[in-house]
Amino acid sequence: MAGTRPDTRLARWLVAGPPLLYLLVFFAAPALIMVLASFRSPGEFGGLAPLVDEAGKVDLNVDSYARFLTETVYMQVFVKSAWYAGLTTAICLLLAYPLATLIAKSAKKYRDLLLLLVILPFWSNFLIRIYAWMIILGPNAALAKAVNGVLAVFGAGPVPLLFSGFAVLVCLVYVHLPFMVLPLYANLEKHDQALLDAAQDLGANAWQRFWRITFPLSLPGVYAGAALVFIPALGIFAIPDILGGPEDTLIGNLIKQQFLETRDWPFGSVLSIVLTVSALVLAGTAAWVGRRSLGAARA
Amino acid sequence: MRRRSPLLWAAALCAYAFLYVPLAIVVVYSFNDSRLNAEWVGFTLDWYRKLAADDEMLAAAGNSLAIGLVASLVSTVLGTMAGVAMHRYRLRLLPILIVAPIAIPEILMGVSLLIFFVLLNFTLGLVSVALAHIAFCIGFVAIVVRARLAGMDETLTEAARDCGATPWKAFRHVTLPLIMPGVVAGALMAFTLSIDDFVITFFTAGAGTVTLPLQIYSMIKISVTPEVNAVSTLLMLLTLLLIVIAAKLSPSLLRSERET
Repeated sequence: MAGTRPDTRLARWLVAGPPLLYLLVFFAAPALIMVLASFRSPGEFGGLAPLVDEAGKVDLNVDSYARFLTETVYMQVFVKSAWYAGLTTAICLLLAYPLATLIAKSAKKYRDLLLLLVILPFWSNFLIRIYAWMIILGPNAALAKAVNGVLAVFGAGPVPLLFSGFAVLVCLVYVHLPFMVLPLYANLEKHDQALLDAAQDLGANAWQRFWRITFPLSLPGVYAGAALVFIPALGIFAIPDILGGPEDTLIGNLIKQQFLETRDWPFGSVLSIVLTVSALVLAGTAAWVGRRSLGAARA
Repeated sequence: MRRRSPLLWAAALCAYAFLYVPLAIVVVYSFNDSRLNAEWVGFTLDWYRKLAADDEMLAAAGNSLAIGLVASLVSTVLGTMAGVAMHRYRLRLLPILIVAPIAIPEILMGVSLLIFFVLLNFTLGLVSVALAHIAFCIGFVAIVVRARLAGMDETLTEAARDCGATPWKAFRHVTLPLIMPGVVAGALMAFTLSIDDFVITFFTAGAGTVTLPLQIYSMIKISVTPEVNAVSTLLMLLTLLLIVIAAKLSPSLLRSERET
């Protein structure tokens, strides 16, 4: 008597209900409240102004959105964040491609180990990984001394490595590299060696084989990795907060400021919503372009 | 024909060095007999002794442990339910709610939960942090459990039902033992994520509550001291142990996690 049983409907709710309810309350509801907060006015002492004031006027407006669009400084921070995230994505791709290729070409028994070695650092504490760069780039460390020693030869003054855009970028790449390696590897592993052999038989050199076959076929992996790196990098706040200089304020730092320092919730909500929407649009685009390029490569 | 060029090896070796040298430096300097994390002076265990006598740090570690235990326990139960539900039924809303917290930048979940708790007049502290951690751990557990279920022979549960077992009995005595490695792996992962989380904790902890990552944050904002290296080394060791156990229990973990 397999198949539909009378208790399925009840069982379905009993099993799916509790996690669904929890996530509705502690994920969906807060997100919805944030959207509503973006249409309100900031309160006198932080937070939100009363929904209905003494004159009976309901507090609903798009002032915070207007502020984001009219005061160019915020757009500039957004552009700067996108620039850092884009640069991070590009460097991660350059570093990850040879690594993913090597893992995919290794003997099967070593693959899991090599992959594990890529993932393990990602499981160590996020702050520790930032802190490690504070040590390496610190003014007394060997690297800064060497760099400034070389610069002194050319008559250039000493440059600080720490608390700079450089430090932020290096750490962004460091933290996000595994996210690029994993999808690239997953893609490269599936490639058919026969295609490359055929191309070689037809006289294609190593570069042609890579550029005309391997790379186009790997594009879905590239787009997936790009989305996995770009999106979290766009919203990061701890790295510029700890390693950046005063001019390295990114969108994540701006959001943190609005909620914890200036306590302007509506404006902080607007910034968060713009960040979410850009992240979702990017993820959607990456998935769409990835599918299309796969279709084109096969055609 | 598998030819590996030395150039490829060199590039990959550089990438591995890039991944591991920074962490190795943190560990090595935790044994360094110098206040400056700049050059090797000599071996010492002083920073670990200092750590053991640091009451603030120990209190923070206690908080992290308590939150991690509660968050991993609750999220394992809820995440297992979600994993089973997504495997068995065709649902529309639940899979979105499972993936969304993993896919969006962490800061968004942090600030939205901050508004949520403050508007409800819910005191920020250990409880709000635990509630937030459960929310982001459920998805990870659900994904691991679902991967385990996908590799399982569902006819076994069907057979138990045909022999007259109630749905609960069939789950308790047939399905659950079979997916147990996935459940335990999910629990270990949830515990690790909770104990390591900085961003969401930062926004939901309030002023008075300190966890290990928050304590590390306030220390490195002031200065770089080898005591941070010592606590970092211990924390890395703990995480490493948990993740290796989890990966042994559920090999798919290494590929499915965060790849959503």
